[in-house]
Amino acid sequence: MAVVENLPSPSAERPIGFGRLKRKEDERFIRGQGTYVDDIELPGMLHGAVLRSPYAHARIVSIDTSNALAHPNVAAVVTAKDLETLGLAWMPTISYDTQAVLAGDKVRFQGQEVAFVVATDKYSANDALSLIDVEYEPLPAVVDARTALDPDAPVIRDDKSGQRDNLATPLWEAGDEAATDRAFAEADTVVKRDIIYPRCHPAPLETCGMIADFNPKTGQLDIYNGNQAPHAHRTVYAHVAGLAEHMIRIRCQDIGGGFGNKVPVYPGYVCAIAASIVAGVPVKWVENRSENLLSTGFARDYIMHAEICSKDGKVTGLRVDTIADHGAFDSTAQPTKFPAGFFHIVCGSYDLEASHVKVKAVYTNKAPGGVAYRCSFRITEAVYLVERMVDALAREMKTDPIELRMRNFIPPEQFPYETTTGWTYDSGEYAKTMKVATEIAGYEDLRREQAEKRARGELMGIGVSFFTEGVGAGPRKHMDILGLSMNDGADLRVHPSGKAVVSISAQTQGQGHETTFAQIVAEELGVPPEDVEVRHGDTDRSPYGLGTYGSRSTPVSGGAVAVVSRKVRDKARLIAATMLETRPEDLAWEKGRWYVKGDPEQGAMIEEISERAYSGEPMPAGMEGGLDAQVIYDPPNLTYPYGAYIAVVDIDPDTAQVTVRRFIAVDDCGVRINPMVVDGQIHGGLAEGVGIALMELISFDSEGNCLNSSFMDYLIPTALECPDFELGETVTPCPHHPLGAKGVGESPNVGSPPAIVSAVIDALHETHGVEHIDMPCTPARVWAAMQGRPEPPQ
Amino acid sequence: MNVSMTVNGERVSHDVEPRMLLVHFIRETLGLKGTHWGCDTSNCGACVVLMDGEPVKSCTVLAAMCEGHEIRTVESLESDGELDPVQQGFHELHALQCGFCTPGMQMTARALLDRNPNPSDEEIRTAISGSICRCTGYKNIVGAVRWAAEHESTTRQEA
Repeated sequence: MAVVENLPSPSAERPIGFGRLKRKEDERFIRGQGTYVDDIELPGMLHGAVLRSPYAHARIVSIDTSNALAHPNVAAVVTAKDLETLGLAWMPTISYDTQAVLAGDKVRFQGQEVAFVVATDKYSANDALSLIDVEYEPLPAVVDARTALDPDAPVIRDDKSGQRDNLATPLWEAGDEAATDRAFAEADTVVKRDIIYPRCHPAPLETCGMIADFNPKTGQLDIYNGNQAPHAHRTVYAHVAGLAEHMIRIRCQDIGGGFGNKVPVYPGYVCAIAASIVAGVPVKWVENRSENLLSTGFARDYIMHAEICSKDGKVTGLRVDTIADHGAFDSTAQPTKFPAGFFHIVCGSYDLEASHVKVKAVYTNKAPGGVAYRCSFRITEAVYLVERMVDALAREMKTDPIELRMRNFIPPEQFPYETTTGWTYDSGEYAKTMKVATEIAGYEDLRREQAEKRARGELMGIGVSFFTEGVGAGPRKHMDILGLSMNDGADLRVHPSGKAVVSISAQTQGQGHETTFAQIVAEELGVPPEDVEVRHGDTDRSPYGLGTYGSRSTPVSGGAVAVVSRKVRDKARLIAATMLETRPEDLAWEKGRWYVKGDPEQGAMIEEISERAYSGEPMPAGMEGGLDAQVIYDPPNLTYPYGAYIAVVDIDPDTAQVTVRRFIAVDDCGVRINPMVVDGQIHGGLAEGVGIALMELISFDSEGNCLNSSFMDYLIPTALECPDFELGETVTPCPHHPLGAKGVGESPNVGSPPAIVSAVIDALHETHGVEHIDMPCTPARVWAAMQGRPEPPQ
Repeated sequence: MNVSMTVNGERVSHDVEPRMLLVHFIRETLGLKGTHWGCDTSNCGACVVLMDGEPVKSCTVLAAMCEGHEIRTVESLESDGELDPVQQGFHELHALQCGFCTPGMQMTARALLDRNPNPSDEEIRTAISGSICRCTGYKNIVGAVRWAAEHESTTRQEA
């Protein structure tokens, strides 16, 4: 029998389990050998292009495709009429609404899909778009969500029977209104703010695209697509196209970023599928950047009125009334029972007496969406609101923003903590994390520096935020999307050689699953991570599950992989007992090996056990051969990561340009599987937070024309806008996750905007009297605020 | 029209439409898929290649403009099975996540180190500011380029 010395020796560079293991997937990416959708060429493939509406709201009088069809390289032009005959003119959204695949009756937002051209090459397909003649009869557009429910507002969704206004979903509320009223009645301090979280866009660097390859002989539909939830997409296509799920195979190879943008099913996908079914050849459709920004899932667009109150220095109540702009079709992403996502986590990290949240969702003549741009279903909006409100309250009370937070945090002994809106936070030591951030920042020194600079007429601000996120949707008793429970499968096969393949339903878009999920198996089985292949992104070769968004990979799929590994380990114990001629209860585990208690020389390593499991040697009575297992993991609760962030900004008094000079982020996401990957996730989310706070905005003119449909005007931070982020950590394990881990990918995007905006206000309050500013804090908008006329974003 | 150029050390000659973009020539005519496309407006830098040693955005260069010029793409970085220090640095410092911006970033970094073997962090940030990365927040990219600079000078001294 093998002895312990034969185990591969772990080191910081090559950990057996958790640790800063460099990524397996880098090998192909650093050589430019990733495989993104547009890299795939299939024989006989045609290319699609979408004709889009120039109007935000218009009736379609006629569509003449004859000139386009006469183009020598055009194979087909598809319109709503053609799709109607296939039953594909409308498709379900992920929020139980319907969305036009191609507009037939009227267009409802600028950039809406009107026709789909299929040609031998993409240059010709795009040329032919200009040969399609569409006659429109423009209609008045509903652009401002605040007026969408006015009695004279045109009804956008007249396609829906019984729809007489622009209310997208029934009014929704959470918390206790009466108790909140009482808290406000008894309060000594009340602060009110109108706060907008403007429309922005995840804008992954790779746009959306698909190759649909329908084989008319076999009836098999092969799809190559970069989406965040391949199994859920397959189910949607099965319903839409009337095909059996086993006849559809979706392969998501490498995905050039997602950030929520690649969760929904888009009309272009359905067009590519329909065109391939009709033409019987593969059809590729890849949108351009303008199409991505104009038509695919935007994020946020919450118009919020909030009131916060306190008594004797203790924050007691929060009241929020929100108008949610969902655009022309309700395709916001969240579990079914939560039409405003997890927005009611707005009570934040504080031990409140009561809170009450109302959300009114409306249709407007804007692109559909409401996806979670690197956040767990509207938590970003919630955290932004509560953190801005606590900051405003601190200012009103003339109390330091960190001190007010410290005084009101939910104390560690109260966990698990039931919030006033019904969440059960799992674990937290908030004050400890806040303190670490304060120390890294050198908070006292920063305040001294600020005072000195202020005396010299320089504008420097310090902003604080503390967030709690609920991630890892989710428990099947509460959470589903389109009736599909939010559980994840895992399938682990240990081969006779001891090398293993683990198949997962999570879908990486750069998060490093091939490395971190191998590390989980490695940790649990004590095998080197390089001996574990992680299989994903292919519905034929991975178990059912709902994909990657809402920071759910580690909480749900990670849990599944830990549990399936333990099942294999348990089976290995029984086999080892037979091998060692002892009882299973007499064996003890150390990484990679079962050994006899009291006689550690006697043991069997996983590779010996797996060899035995596939051999002709006897197995334990009643046990099948092989060393495999599979599970469906149903998480008992969400995981609740949190963090303390501090931003330091400088504002040029002459140009109003905001520079984020320092950003300190201390995250507590429980146990970290690969700290290098966790740090990388935090850096990326912070950069997006800098973008959202300072630059990123999707805005419209009064006619509904989108003003930010390219990277010339939808501004994304570069290396020059991002500071050298300073990270810290505390580790408070999740009590219910098998590994003690919590999700983290979205925390930095959630937590950073309020810190930056509060820093901007902090820089300007004393000298310019600025009480409030809405994002993005562009020079023009900051300048307006400095002149005493802050404007909400359009 | 016919266009001839040198791509990764090899002379290539093809008939193309005059309007064909260099990025499409590289990706579709030559089948070199490592060069990516991300924005159409030369803002994102996913398509950066080197033209006579200078980084250019191949989505705003016509293939026809490259007649007689020398183009280098990400596929040329590794030579004889040896990674370029830039590639190694990106791996060592976790300077990539989804990998989509990586080839353009690496080519930009290569060009920087070719003209400035020992850049400061500020110079690195300025050099890569024409490229967008949505995943990394740039911190580790800056570190990777610095790593490459340090390891390149070691190699050169040894040579």
